[in-house]
Amino acid sequence: MSDEPVRSIRTPVALDYRYTPGLAASRFLRAVADGRLIGQRCPACGRVYIPPRGSCPTDGVPTEEEVELADTGVITTFCVVNVPFAGHAIEMPYVAASIVLDGADISFQHLVQGVPADRVRIGMRVRAVWRPREEWGPTLENIRHFEPVEAQP
Amino acid sequence: MTRDVAVVAFAQAPVIRREERRNEVEMLMPVVRAALDAVGLTKRDIGFFVSGSSDYLSGAPFAFVHALDAIGAWPPIQESHVEMDGAWALYEAWVRLQHGDVDTALVYAFGKSSSGRLRELLALQLDPYVLAPLWPDTVSLAALQARLLLESGRATEADLAEVVCRSRRAALGNPDAQLRGAAAVEALLAEPYLVSPLRRHDCAPIGDGAAVAVLAAGDRARALCERPAWIAGIDHRIEAHALGARELAASPSAALAAERAGVFDGGPLDVAELHAPFSHQELILREALRLDAGGAGVAVNPSGGALAANPVMVAGLARIGEAARRVMDGSARRALAHATSGPCLQQNLVCVLESRDG
Repeated sequence: MSDEPVRSIRTPVALDYRYTPGLAASRFLRAVADGRLIGQRCPACGRVYIPPRGSCPTDGVPTEEEVELADTGVITTFCVVNVPFAGHAIEMPYVAASIVLDGADISFQHLVQGVPADRVRIGMRVRAVWRPREEWGPTLENIRHFEPVEAQP
Repeated sequence: MTRDVAVVAFAQAPVIRREERRNEVEMLMPVVRAALDAVGLTKRDIGFFVSGSSDYLSGAPFAFVHALDAIGAWPPIQESHVEMDGAWALYEAWVRLQHGDVDTALVYAFGKSSSGRLRELLALQLDPYVLAPLWPDTVSLAALQARLLLESGRATEADLAEVVCRSRRAALGNPDAQLRGAAAVEALLAEPYLVSPLRRHDCAPIGDGAAVAVLAAGDRARALCERPAWIAGIDHRIEAHALGARELAASPSAALAAERAGVFDGGPLDVAELHAPFSHQELILREALRLDAGGAGVAVNPSGGALAANPVMVAGLARIGEAARRVMDGSARRALAHATSGPCLQQNLVCVLESRDG
């Protein structure tokens, strides 16, 4: 019998879950499948959250009032990504940005394309570029990316 | 010298087999509100928040951080979390209140046992190198323990059925229970085995739930609640991780926790809420906690216990809440609450709650 120490063992672990998005996220995803962006307003502080999660993380109260938001907004911060990640055919480099939609009070993340990466700026106004309607489902991937509202010089 | 701390409010969501519509935050929010409303507090009146839950149940890393949305963490709050049943979160709140700089704490627990395959998921709490790769499921491990108890001659299968029968009947009076009924012992014994010697009804149901307790110290507790459920003692003890190293058909850790919590020093108990996810475990706990000594009139699991509802991460805190509720409503003067964690009663917490009026 070998005195060699055991350096590794394989113990595969896989667990399956049934995810429950919840009431607020379900309504949001259903609306996205219909090409609409639905946020929720906090009855205490008035802030509008998107995607909504059913509660105000500041006040801890249910957010029930729904607000339909535009698919245009402003870049609040961004980064230029030079590393590919699995499963996504996308040209390098690409820009991942935080975007505050018009009428919303928090940003969410999406891609920015249709502009050279070195032209992207904080404060730049962008609009959603939707995939063809027949490809829509209950996912934010319905939006292919955001692109600048103004033509770039 | 410890500071006097009491449970002054408790609320829980009705336990259901599978909550398909609401996520954990949406389940928690009304329960947090109900507990705070019971004592007329808002979150700004709370000095310390602590939760008990498991990210393995949710299947998402840091799910407990997301759950803070049910509280609202602004202005910044003092908050902590245990990856354990909420009973251990309550223990942390009790310790935190001993510091003396805050007078109130809110303890919350949530768990959707239905999201994954619970019997397999719980195998991941075992030794990851030699035991977990075999995926021994919860029920099978409990059945090893049940077999030992039966073979020792200290219990029969009819005794197990008797526990189930009493739990389900008691749950008829508990609107938050998941399972209730009036099946007789003979009918239960006629059921087939699930994992021999356990039948399906010997095993706690799988369900989703949430519970919240509010704790307060000294005069603050007296001001908030007519009859606070004072924590006269609380202690928790753990046994070896390796099942083979343990005395499985007994619970030395529960016995020691009970001794340290002062269970055997005070007067008679009126109520004992035991967290026994399997029927035979209630018998092991009754022995360890000496509940049957002297034929005392202690009501065991008047809520129906874990066999009526066992949302993982919540059911232990619910035992403390159910015991506290009976002290607060005057139906019990001295109550024992017990919570367990790990396979085959590996870890046990015992809490003594008392009324101090008159």
